[in-house]
Amino acid sequence: MSKKQFKHTWMLGRFQLRQARLRILIWIVALVLITCSTASAFSNLYKNLEERQAIAQTMLNPAMTAMVGPSNGLDNYTNGAMMAHQMLLFTAITVAIMSVLFVAKHTRTEEEDGQIEMVRSLPVGRLSNLSATVLVVIGTNMLLSILIGFGLYILGIESMDLEGSLLYGAALGVTGIFFAAATAVFAQLSENSRGTIGLGFGVLVLSYLIRAIGDVGNETFSWFSPLGIVVKTEAYVHNYWSPIFLLVGLALLLIILAFYLNSIRDLNSGFLPSKPGRIHASPFLQSPIGLALRIQRTGIIAWGIGIFILGASYGSVLGDLESFYKDIEIMDALIKPVEGFSLIEQFIPVLMMVMAMFCTIPSLMAIFKLKGEEKKNHTEHLLSRAVSRTKVIGSYFVISMVISLGMLLLAVIGLWSASTRVMDNAIPISTILETAFVYLPAMWTMIGLAVLLVGLFPQFTGFTWVFFVYSFVVVYLGGLLQLPDWMSKLTPFGYIPRIPVEEMNVMTVSMLIIVAVALMIVGFVFYNRRDIIG
Amino acid sequence: MTIVKMTNLTKKFGKFTALNYVNLDVNEGEVYGFIGPNGAGKSTTIRLLLGMIKATEGEAKIFGLDAWSDAVDIHKRIAYVPGDVNLWPNLTGGEVIDLFMKLRGTGNKSRREEMIEKFKLDPSKKCRTYSKGNRQKVALVAAFASDADLFILDEPTSGLDPLMERVFQECVMDAKDDGKSILLSSHILSEVEKLCDRVGIIREGKIIETGTLNNLRHLTRTNLLVETKIPIHGLSEFIGVYAMEEKNQSLSLQVDAEYLDSVIRHISQFGIVRLESAPPTLEELFMRHYEGAGGAL
Repeated sequence: MSKKQFKHTWMLGRFQLRQARLRILIWIVALVLITCSTASAFSNLYKNLEERQAIAQTMLNPAMTAMVGPSNGLDNYTNGAMMAHQMLLFTAITVAIMSVLFVAKHTRTEEEDGQIEMVRSLPVGRLSNLSATVLVVIGTNMLLSILIGFGLYILGIESMDLEGSLLYGAALGVTGIFFAAATAVFAQLSENSRGTIGLGFGVLVLSYLIRAIGDVGNETFSWFSPLGIVVKTEAYVHNYWSPIFLLVGLALLLIILAFYLNSIRDLNSGFLPSKPGRIHASPFLQSPIGLALRIQRTGIIAWGIGIFILGASYGSVLGDLESFYKDIEIMDALIKPVEGFSLIEQFIPVLMMVMAMFCTIPSLMAIFKLKGEEKKNHTEHLLSRAVSRTKVIGSYFVISMVISLGMLLLAVIGLWSASTRVMDNAIPISTILETAFVYLPAMWTMIGLAVLLVGLFPQFTGFTWVFFVYSFVVVYLGGLLQLPDWMSKLTPFGYIPRIPVEEMNVMTVSMLIIVAVALMIVGFVFYNRRDIIG
Repeated sequence: MTIVKMTNLTKKFGKFTALNYVNLDVNEGEVYGFIGPNGAGKSTTIRLLLGMIKATEGEAKIFGLDAWSDAVDIHKRIAYVPGDVNLWPNLTGGEVIDLFMKLRGTGNKSRREEMIEKFKLDPSKKCRTYSKGNRQKVALVAAFASDADLFILDEPTSGLDPLMERVFQECVMDAKDDGKSILLSSHILSEVEKLCDRVGIIREGKIIETGTLNNLRHLTRTNLLVETKIPIHGLSEFIGVYAMEEKNQSLSLQVDAEYLDSVIRHISQFGIVRLESAPPTLEELFMRHYEGAGGAL
């Protein structure tokens, strides 16, 4: 590879920086802020060793290990050990996502959009664009490492020394560099940006799973996962630097491979054969509801997995709940102790409310997808054929309702299956189901509001999200923030009885259902009457 | 028999009047050309016909049914191709064609393959990879593979290459031969001239000219630029000659199509060195219309 191949790399690098400066800034600021504020929140929340050891107890189970990584510093759970244990892995994943997206955008996406063709027609080396991207992404990750490293050290938290902090930062940075290098290779293999990002995220998910299996069972597995290697740094506990060097070396090999592949391929081509798609639609696709489901498929599946994991992660902490939360003041404000009920029985309705709110998000998104379709001039294809408006909005509505039910069910199954593994006296699934499903009328009211807006005022659908955030803050944090009672009566979630602590209130719940149905009917009627823009 | 009948069709968006008392008929078995510049109201008219938007005043009937309230029944018998075809990026062209045919309810499997072959479309590609022309082909294949009675085509050839434009024109003529009716919106005058029996011109929401092509022919003027050995004289007495202007050695003028013959005969006496002719653009037609009406733009 001669020097000519890299001509004007610096100039292209500066150009990419110029394009991406705001994005890079937001990512870095957000990551540094979240890391540092979590560290200081930990040190404020758990003031002494006993409290931290109580937390450590809740972490001693396979579900937790599978989720956050190996439990190295649990015997002496300092603030630093806690940080490295609970935060490092998830922050590393976020940094990896940032790097995958950045590299994919500046390599394959720009090639697909034809920008690289224009750049390459100028006196610019064949590999200059890739090398510029690699330099920028490495620079970004190094800057991130340094800022987080010194940022954590400057907080002056006991047990978070300079070496540990720098190692923590470096661990995040090399994860980013490794996934950037892998994506650089994928950008050569795949013919389009979707495939590049897909491969990048696919390897990320696979790394997470292999690490989970390795950390819970056979530790050798973890060494085959970059994420598994990263958590082996054991920052603030043993401070091992060798995993950092290992990952840097692997990243270098990948970068060399990417350069080689880029140098031997044609512009706009890839090494993976692009397989031809179906030339006929499956019978399933050939209906408005089949189409609506198909275009939301990936999103729905992703939400389903996310909700299930959320449920399982809540479930896995239930075992040590009693010992864990009874000393923490903040929980008293969130859950007012009620005589005659165990802490777990009081805790579950709160968990379920949070999860019901999370389940509401994909349900609302399914309704708003219709508005997005209209904006993209896609609904005209249906409405200009023999499809009624009721059938179009009905398809999205049915999907939304099924999502509300299905997501809630996934949350329940996740919570229940994880809790039975960690608890001596497992909670019966029927109790959890009752607690969860009583939230359905509130979710349906939110769906009703969404349908109403799509039918009547499609330009104001954003109001639903404002209302949703309001509901979350008021109902979840109302006690903590000492908000007046009437504020929670402005949201459907404020009317839901907290079973099993509270009695089922048939009257209120039926009223909610009536309101929901009324909103839906009005939405349907007006969708049939208004102008459709596309 | 009248297939499409618009009576005093008016559409207001807030204070803006997009369509202003439009009256337009499409008869059975005819190709109706609907021409006008961008933003004149062509697409708004078509949206009204499709029952996507509701008329502020007046009514639109297709097959004698109301375009707004009987939309679904009407749509079983029509095929629509939008000018800007936006498709789902992660579906293939073949999947979209099948979906469209199924949603209308009627359609012919072998005609589907025939049309795909005719338009040279690769149905195995995802719509995200299609160019504008290929996305239009998807919509055209789905439309012409159906056995609709009325075709509503909104600038369907704006992304097609000349070869495909010809294929499209063949399809329109075939449909016409089968007794189908076609409403073709376009701003390519040559295409309209080639295909349409009757034409309506819309400008700023009003129909400003309508009639058969013969009727319209009085509107078409050819632009001529001639250079002769000896200076031309006597042309100004001819009828059908407009905008005569001398430029250096040459003379530019506009001639009505029906007087072209006598004008050329006259010119040829002066020894033609150079003769260039250009068809009138749509814009010139509008200019002409407004000149004729005595108003200014």
